Amino acid sequence: MATKRPADDSSGLSKEEILRYSRHLIMPEVGMEGQLKLKQARVLLIGTGGLGAPLGLYLAAAGVGQIGLVDFDVVDFTNLQRQVLFGSSDVGRPKITAAADRLRNLNPAIQIDPIETRLSSENALELFRDYDIIVDGTDNFPTRYLVNDACVLLGKPNVYGSIFRFEGQITIFGYPDGPCYRCLYPEPPPPGLVPSCAEGGVLGVLPGIVGTIQAAETLKLIIGKGQPLIGRLLLFDALAMKFRELKLRKNPDCPVCGTHRTVTKLIDYAEFCGIRGEEAPSTVTNIPEITPMELKSRLDRGDDLYILDVREPHEYQICNLDGHLIPLGELPRRVHELDSSREIVAHCRSGKRSADAVQFLQKAGFRKIWNLKGGILAWSDEVDPTVPKY
Amino acid sequence: MAVKVIIPTPLRAYAGKQESVEVQATTVAEALSAVTTKFAELKKHLFADDGRLRSFVNVYVNDEDIRYLQKDQTSVKAGDTISIVPSIAGGALGLAF
Repeated sequence: MATKRPADDSSGLSKEEILRYSRHLIMPEVGMEGQLKLKQARVLLIGTGGLGAPLGLYLAAAGVGQIGLVDFDVVDFTNLQRQVLFGSSDVGRPKITAAADRLRNLNPAIQIDPIETRLSSENALELFRDYDIIVDGTDNFPTRYLVNDACVLLGKPNVYGSIFRFEGQITIFGYPDGPCYRCLYPEPPPPGLVPSCAEGGVLGVLPGIVGTIQAAETLKLIIGKGQPLIGRLLLFDALAMKFRELKLRKNPDCPVCGTHRTVTKLIDYAEFCGIRGEEAPSTVTNIPEITPMELKSRLDRGDDLYILDVREPHEYQICNLDGHLIPLGELPRRVHELDSSREIVAHCRSGKRSADAVQFLQKAGFRKIWNLKGGILAWSDEVDPTVPKY
Repeated sequence: MAVKVIIPTPLRAYAGKQESVEVQATTVAEALSAVTTKFAELKKHLFADDGRLRSFVNVYVNDEDIRYLQKDQTSVKAGDTISIVPSIAGGALGLAF
């Protein structure tokens, strides 16, 4: 929990600090005055993932005196492709612990507050109170709306960044005269429109670029120099390698920061975003399933089963069960390639897209069709561990 | 009037994987209608059942939000750029639509 200031004197810089920050000190835009502001600053990072990694590294390196880190996750192998705070030996460690170790090693002169918790409506206001600037590096809509509302209620700036595949959005919300997240997007997308594995993924360097821009904006807010990204939405497309800027306006009818506010305390954000449980409930029911073991024994018996792979071609290249590839999106126009008189087993990575495929094919009149339960991931776990998981 | 409509990453799958589409239009409504006529799948992602633009999708003419202009009746002229900007939440695995 964030509490005390660093024990050393925050009104000046030690000889070591002067040497460490010399490239800031010799630059008039920062100088001794700016460096002392950085030393006295308290910044809370929500999330220590793809965005949090460059944020933590650059804010710590720059000498931000107190950095709070909020996360509850554990480092996973698939994080290492972009979460450059962590190394291979950190896999399995709590992110908070690994991040705190890394940042303390980078800069022992600052205070790191590891806060291992899931941010919630119950703890957000209390946590945010101890910091001057909140930086949103989360990965889901409920937390984004929670961070926004808590910042507006407390009058704290919210340095916002979000990413999707190879595109990013960056701005600063929460300034009294500036817009908030709800001014930009009054409501989140319904959970039914969550992307499948086929549409997921992120270019590893993208959160590095977006998080670094958030870090730059945070440092500028602290030292009070330059033109902050308030009232401007910066869009970045890594494929086109283009930046664009759009004007953001404060919405006078905004329920949180407008003139007639209806949201005056934190609410249930999972409910606001239409999510009931931990995971969005599957909309698909009564899908005939076959387990990987059952499929294996039937194939071993020599049964005539047709394996339909509904993933994308780039996923087929990672691993496959020698099935016939028709991506889910192409199924409606390629359905004639399938023989409804044969027994068909559809699969994808985890079983969700193939459940949709089975449902579609049932409606199209297919009767002898099953969904491979748990997809190729379950096949790797239960039948053939040489099949790589992704 | 030829205007350019920029398709955001999460919607490109429904727009022939194109980054932008050139259409003939004099208002934003005409431009979006031309785009969704060309790519029918885009329609349900841009508009709710009542025909209104979804609240997690914003539309800009050049750098101005149409909510603060004349909404979908905002006029466009040759060379204007219309941007469709949906809400994205990703920090790790993107969440969009």
